Amino acid sequence: MTAPVLALENLSVGFRAGGREHVAVDRVSLTVNRGEVLGLVGESGSGKSVTGLALMGLIEAPGRVSGGRILFEGRDIAGLPEAELRPLRGKRMAMIFQDPMTTLNPVLRVETQVVEAIRAHERVGAAAARARAREALVKVGIPAPDERLRAYPHQLSGGMRQRIAIAIALLHAPALLIADEPTTALDVTIQAQILAEAQALCAEMGTALIWITHDLAVVAGLADRLCVMYAGRIVEGGPVADVIEAPLHPYTAGLIGSAPSRNARGVPLTQIPGMVPSLVDRPPGCAFAPRCPAATPDCAAPPPTALAEPSRFALCRHPLQPARFT
Amino acid sequence: MKPLLSLDAVSKRFGTSPSLAARLAGLLGERRPPSAVQAVTDVNLSIEAGEVVGLVGESGCGKSTLARLAAGLHAPSRGRVLQDGRDRAGMSAAERRTAALAVQMIFQDATAALNPRLRVLDIVGEAPVTHGLVPARDRRAYVAEQLARVSLGPDAMARYPHQFSGGQRARIGIARALAVKPRMLVCDESVAALDVSIQAQVLNLFLELRRDLGLTYLFVSHDLGVVEHIASRVAVMYLGRLVEVAPAETLFAQPAHPYTISLLAQTPKLVPGKRRFQALPGEPPSPLAPPPGCPFHPRCPAAIAVCRTELPLPRPVGAAHTVACHRDRGAFG
Repeated sequence: MTAPVLALENLSVGFRAGGREHVAVDRVSLTVNRGEVLGLVGESGSGKSVTGLALMGLIEAPGRVSGGRILFEGRDIAGLPEAELRPLRGKRMAMIFQDPMTTLNPVLRVETQVVEAIRAHERVGAAAARARAREALVKVGIPAPDERLRAYPHQLSGGMRQRIAIAIALLHAPALLIADEPTTALDVTIQAQILAEAQALCAEMGTALIWITHDLAVVAGLADRLCVMYAGRIVEGGPVADVIEAPLHPYTAGLIGSAPSRNARGVPLTQIPGMVPSLVDRPPGCAFAPRCPAATPDCAAPPPTALAEPSRFALCRHPLQPARFT
Repeated sequence: MKPLLSLDAVSKRFGTSPSLAARLAGLLGERRPPSAVQAVTDVNLSIEAGEVVGLVGESGCGKSTLARLAAGLHAPSRGRVLQDGRDRAGMSAAERRTAALAVQMIFQDATAALNPRLRVLDIVGEAPVTHGLVPARDRRAYVAEQLARVSLGPDAMARYPHQFSGGQRARIGIARALAVKPRMLVCDESVAALDVSIQAQVLNLFLELRRDLGLTYLFVSHDLGVVEHIASRVAVMYLGRLVEVAPAETLFAQPAHPYTISLLAQTPKLVPGKRRFQALPGEPPSPLAPPPGCPFHPRCPAAIAVCRTELPLPRPVGAAHTVACHRDRGAFG
């Protein structure tokens, strides 16, 4: 078996405020293999986006990677100096964001931006770079590419902008693409187009894909494996079908039960009482315990890892399926 | 019995104001047709008391404008909005005020909808006192009662909107609407900005209020899952027109318009297993320049020659089921 493209080992990210360090991402471990799609699911404030940013070395002060390793293609890139990260970012690993308007420069033509991304990593002539830019746009299904290359970002629709962001991200056939809610702001039909493009291109290039989302339904049909985050920790992980059909963690079960499409019409949805704890005052022990229907006094202690099968785990003392503890 | 609310061939146009250059050119004698957005065109929709009507469509299709027309926040450019069988435009000022109180709107962004400088006591308590539904001296008790209905404690009264979470602000918006004893709520993407677990709480609250207060809803959403869960009848909108209206069971089981069919097919479902995402080509056209014929024909997999030239009118295809499409369901499966 080949080494995974990416392995996180106990990655922690903290933000300093008021003389204390608040932990946004807490001992996260995960791996992604070549050509694999990993869904990273969580609600606002779960730490899923910060995890993505940390992978790309994009955490800025007052935040910092406070512990753990980021093994990318076998090499620890946590805390690498900027000069050594630059050749990787945009070439071996790339990221797309929720709002492509913040990714694209509003005062430069699309062509300038795509060509710049090509020439940042490869020595190619201007004409050759332009031809590659055009080809990249065609690949993500943009009609009339010549016209779009001359356009400014504000002249394009949201779906079109997101495709350009994807085209730029995939220019150098990266080993890893991190997608942070890229379809959340888009309409259903446009979301389906973007999902189709990303799925086909990553499969074609063998790019590993981490799809960060709050919407379980989006990754249900896209990902191979799922990791569910809550309050900075991965509380459950495993193959998509197992996680959705037989969740181990009560939080995952609650998320699935809250989805309106899974429930009979008019019947009240399963509801998770309360709300996500704030970063500054997380409960000790299991962070989900105050909202958990299965919580017992033991849950005030750190939750153990429950293993169902080698690839199925949850951070929970009271898993919903038979499991052993490690 | 007359429907609670009835939209009769309602249209809404928004003129785009000409730019400075265009106005100068106008002064110099340049003649251009004024540009206008036809946001809603010829919509017929009746809502009976007690119904929950879902309105779905993509951004720019006019669903928010239609919601505002229903709530009385916009006046129609053409057509009539009837409340209990009476045209709102023909009502006296006093009648119109009573009618307006009966239909309340709940907005998507609860933060923007609540005045940041008012305490919850004033936000919820102002309208019922002003309209004489409650004497000023009973305001506190009345507001506490409204807040209790949305599961907020009386301690919320003394606080400002920014001191609440998104889900709690949504509840305050609902309490404010309920405070004037409406018969109908128009919810415009009211749960779209909320996290899944909080969204479930608010949806449950809507269902509870419907049961306890006998409310009627027009529920606007881009999320088909939400609409399928809550609505008894669903209207699908595309580029300002209703393309399909049907009871919820029928619409989700046997959609008849090609647009509805592809919307349903493309909505991600919480069913594991890798799917090949099949995309509908193109994007919704701009309402500034709608295509001739059927507005959906440039993207429609079932389009034929007549679709490019002739506008399909809504026609019945089943019980309470109308579709604006030239083709029969069987012709394209």
